Amino acid sequence: MTKVLVDGTASGPLMVLSEPLSFWGGVDPATGTIIDRSHPAVGVSVAGMVLYMPYGRGSSSSASVIAETIRNGAGPLGFILGEPDEIVVTGVFVANALYGTRVPVMVTDLPDDTDKPVFLDASGARSVAAE
Amino acid sequence: MLLSAEDRNMFDGGRGDGVAFAMGLVVKLAEVSGASTLVDISGAHIDGCLYHGESGIDYVEHLVNGGARVAVPTTLNVSSLDLLHPDLYRGTNETAAAAKQLMDLHVALGCEPTWTCAPYQLPVRPGRGEQVAWGESNAIVFANSVLGARTNRYGDFADLACAITGRAPFSGLHTDAGRAATVVVALDIDTKWLDHELIFPLLGHWIGLKCGNGIPVIVGLDERVGEDNLKALGAAAASSGATAMFHAVGVTPEAATLDDATRGREVPVLRVTGSDLIAIRESLGFARARLGAVSVGTPHMSIAEMTRLAEMVLGTETAVPFYVNTSRSVYGDVSPEVRRALDGFGVTVVTDTCTYITPILGEVDGAVMTNSAKWAYYAPGNLGVEVAFGSLAECVGSAAAGRVELDDHFLS
Repeated sequence: MTKVLVDGTASGPLMVLSEPLSFWGGVDPATGTIIDRSHPAVGVSVAGMVLYMPYGRGSSSSASVIAETIRNGAGPLGFILGEPDEIVVTGVFVANALYGTRVPVMVTDLPDDTDKPVFLDASGARSVAAE
Repeated sequence: MLLSAEDRNMFDGGRGDGVAFAMGLVVKLAEVSGASTLVDISGAHIDGCLYHGESGIDYVEHLVNGGARVAVPTTLNVSSLDLLHPDLYRGTNETAAAAKQLMDLHVALGCEPTWTCAPYQLPVRPGRGEQVAWGESNAIVFANSVLGARTNRYGDFADLACAITGRAPFSGLHTDAGRAATVVVALDIDTKWLDHELIFPLLGHWIGLKCGNGIPVIVGLDERVGEDNLKALGAAAASSGATAMFHAVGVTPEAATLDDATRGREVPVLRVTGSDLIAIRESLGFARARLGAVSVGTPHMSIAEMTRLAEMVLGTETAVPFYVNTSRSVYGDVSPEVRRALDGFGVTVVTDTCTYITPILGEVDGAVMTNSAKWAYYAPGNLGVEVAFGSLAECVGSAAAGRVELDDHFLS
């Protein structure tokens, strides 16, 4: 079952975060690099990824930082969430409206093979062959 | 979803492109939260005036150019600049100019230039049952818990969209059912410690860690806890966790009894002891290192706190930079005696912003001491500083001594 929070499509490598990530204070909006020193994925970049988070976390300023990261072309190509998150939706909705992007936000199941790139749309997340 | 005729008119552009854009976001958030209708709000508090990058300016400019204005009285959170003391800012001119532009754009929408994270300390504040849309996590938890006003956690962009439309998704903390406590927090300490201010940020930090986005009801506080302590508790809980509301039996307005807070439901019970709070104190920063600076007033200090600080510092002088964050409203209202005492001690007053979100401290030689669990939580990541956490009295004593001095007998 897929719940479309923000419509759109994305295709790219899947990045699965076991811990939720606060974009404010947690991601460098210029590069997409995770800078939260307490996060297991610190040092990795979310840029160009289809990003999975179990749920959202942290500051209400995260919506701004998500929009700023997308504006800089350093954001995820799409979001897969374990449960709806209004902060993520807000940041992506505004960025899509202002910058003409079509970054999707979906609540849906992960594909069985999380090592393969995925295609994400309103019907869910499907593994695709690596390029 | 059931939209009123005027909601539909706003959505369809009948009141201009800016309002339509704002209503589009409000409706989107209503869909996500499962709200079946929108509710009128009587006020808003906006967190988006803190500069995070060009997108913030693009958003507000889009609204201004689309002819939008706020539809309800709207206050503004801290920004990146202290307009009353501009020399304190150590960032680049370019960032300062962008931050100022973002501030000006919010004022152009009709927002009041209050520049404070503690809008509940302004002369006018919402009352019990009043529907509002507030941003800024500590303000949200204070509005719901202490004032009994009703707001969900509105993030950047969303708070302003509600202010412009005068509407909010009717869900969660806006509704009766959404305000019921989901977990009991039983405070198990000797009640003599309830006179000690440090209990409250520590308890708040513990609650944030343990209760996530649930609604705790605290059992074990009494009427001795004042608004400033509840402010410290809520700010801490909203930083370490996603607390948007708490109850305290016999203290907060919707918790005359435990049953009132839980609405008669059975909920799990968590017990918190003195040793839990000591562990939190140590995790927040127990550095006995060299003291480099002190920063208090996160959230912004109230008049009562400024007055208490002035009494503590009489006749002494700080050996390190000592920053007090407060609002221009509070600072304008403190007495000349309080100002003289703070000046005599060597305080640097910061208004309109806060030392943990903008470059004010500069290079610090040693740990920074604070009485704020929120500051202690965010500053290491934001500023790269080491933190010592203590009560206001410990901060003053340490500042005068020039080294971190903590009370070893706390909770023992």
